[in-house]
Amino acid sequence: MSSPDLTLDRIKLIMRYSFLIAVALVFVFPIVFMVMSSLKPDLQLLVDTNSLRAFLPVGDISLDNYFAIFERVPVIRFILNSIFITGTTVALSLFLCSLAAFSFAFLDWKGREIVLAIILATLIVPFETIAVPLLMVVNNLPWFGLDGLTWGWLNSYHVQIIPWIADALTIFLFVQYFKDLPKDLIEAARIDGATWFQIYRKVIIPISGPVFATAAILKFLIMYSHQYIWPLMVIQSEEFRPVMIGLQYFFQLNVAWGEVMAYLTIVTLPVLVFYLFLQRAFITSIASTGIKG
Amino acid sequence: MRKKPTSKLRQTTAAGWGMASPAIVLMSLFLIVPFILAFGFSFTNQRLVSPNPTEYVGTSNFSQLLSFDILTIEPKKAESGQLIRDDDGNLTYPRVRKFTRKNPNYPELKGMKEWFSWSSGDDRVVMLAKDVIFIKALVNTVVFVLIVAPVQGGLALLLALLINQKMRFINIFRTIYFMPVVMSIIVVSILWRFIYDGDDGLLNNLLSILSFGYFEPIDWLGRTDTALGSIAAMSIWQAVGFHMVIWLSGLQTIPASLYEVADIEGATKWQKFRYVTWPGLRNTAVLVLIVITMQAFALFSQVNVMTRGGPLDSTQTLVYQAVIRGYEKQDIAGGSAISVILFLIVLSISLFQRYLTREKT
Repeated sequence: MSSPDLTLDRIKLIMRYSFLIAVALVFVFPIVFMVMSSLKPDLQLLVDTNSLRAFLPVGDISLDNYFAIFERVPVIRFILNSIFITGTTVALSLFLCSLAAFSFAFLDWKGREIVLAIILATLIVPFETIAVPLLMVVNNLPWFGLDGLTWGWLNSYHVQIIPWIADALTIFLFVQYFKDLPKDLIEAARIDGATWFQIYRKVIIPISGPVFATAAILKFLIMYSHQYIWPLMVIQSEEFRPVMIGLQYFFQLNVAWGEVMAYLTIVTLPVLVFYLFLQRAFITSIASTGIKG
Repeated sequence: MRKKPTSKLRQTTAAGWGMASPAIVLMSLFLIVPFILAFGFSFTNQRLVSPNPTEYVGTSNFSQLLSFDILTIEPKKAESGQLIRDDDGNLTYPRVRKFTRKNPNYPELKGMKEWFSWSSGDDRVVMLAKDVIFIKALVNTVVFVLIVAPVQGGLALLLALLINQKMRFINIFRTIYFMPVVMSIIVVSILWRFIYDGDDGLLNNLLSILSFGYFEPIDWLGRTDTALGSIAAMSIWQAVGFHMVIWLSGLQTIPASLYEVADIEGATKWQKFRYVTWPGLRNTAVLVLIVITMQAFALFSQVNVMTRGGPLDSTQTLVYQAVIRGYEKQDIAGGSAISVILFLIVLSISLFQRYLTREKT
């Protein structure tokens, strides 16, 4: 009983979905290749790249590569380091950047506009171009730690955290969000005699969940996934290394590709799982960087 | 109304600075101070470790980087004035070195090296540069930007239009297309070395299957004519989902009523895109292009992991050279001068963006 129109519509729909799926394959195939290869011995891994077997869990499948990387690299230590560095930086960044943005958005103070303009101008400076002068700066800073007063921040957690706390993008995101909040709320609280910090904590924070989520996700990606050249420059001792630097251990004389794939899988899967659960928040967070006031 | 404007202003000024100061101090110390240092070093001969004190050298770092010249070399002639030809019948030329090393007739060419050359009649014309690697890095970076900005921006728009359809499960596809964005660029670069491998690379195998075996395997990252393009393709793959999402948020600001009117008028799909969608995306387009351009100018990690600037400097980039000189070669002045040149390029682009998106009154 199907009319020709309906069949045509159905064919169109199937073609559309086929196209969407074909495009999806372009985006997932390296990830599938990574996970499947991590389960194979080196020899088979390299032979399999000649055929579709590269994307299938076939042949001599085992978790041997995973056991091997734990022998070669202090994986757990590196993961914990990364979690600690990322977590601390995200928390401090959210607090200090939102506090500054609150001041830029709601308080009227001398020099506000020029300071904000300078901060936003730093958006165009690629980090790598200032990495070496920054290295010289941190190498000359004092630190009070367990050993008392020491000079130079190399080989530590704080050298991987403190320079990354405040950044223009995070401040910008908060300022944009705060500017759209109703001003009446602030004025009402001022009349009630609240201090500025109380307004920040009790009025603004409770209604700013979305922008905190956005800023947290972006900072998380920068700190966990994209941090590489800076720790290479400032960390020599193993105990402070983050997870991405662990890759260095595999590119020595003979590259054990199965182990490399296992390591890549271990560092990538948590982010992917995190992303799949929170994908809506991830995507809105990127979209909000694009909305200009 | 205002009873004590001055004291109130002073009070908010104190509170304002107080709340903003932790972030301001951090940004000054770790971003603005290094930036100023880079600027300052670029006018000196600063090195990381040096027995001699640092000296002010004016703009000589910049002239060292940017100077180039054209040299026309006549073919070798015998005493009789006849052109000398080699065994294959080709003309022979004196070596470039003869002009650039201790030649009193060409003082301005001292220390220059050959960048590229071409033939003009019987003569050979040689493009010389003092710092050939830097010039190549500059050209490569510009080429990379010119490939990536339109291609990535365009593909991202196509994906956004694809995802903006009302279909079931469409969000699943959006999630997948965005997936590479959350992956580390380091991880992605290592994975793509397998795709681009010259012998058993996934790309060579795919092309070989599609062409029924006629395709000759290419060492994508090992050839001067394919390496930069391969890095560009991978970078587009990794970040296209990011810009798809920005386009999507732009698409969703276009009022549905405009499309309803277009439907009533009987507009075709193309007309709807041309006269409703595209005008509504003007600001998004500028933003996407600028963001891609900035990211492309900062190309570093992919090169660092995949090619280290090779083969034959065909993937050198400005940021990569800035890091190599400043960090690995400890030539902080040279690295800083490259950084300053990059700042100036990026700054002019962002001022141009300001001009394009200015409020029209």
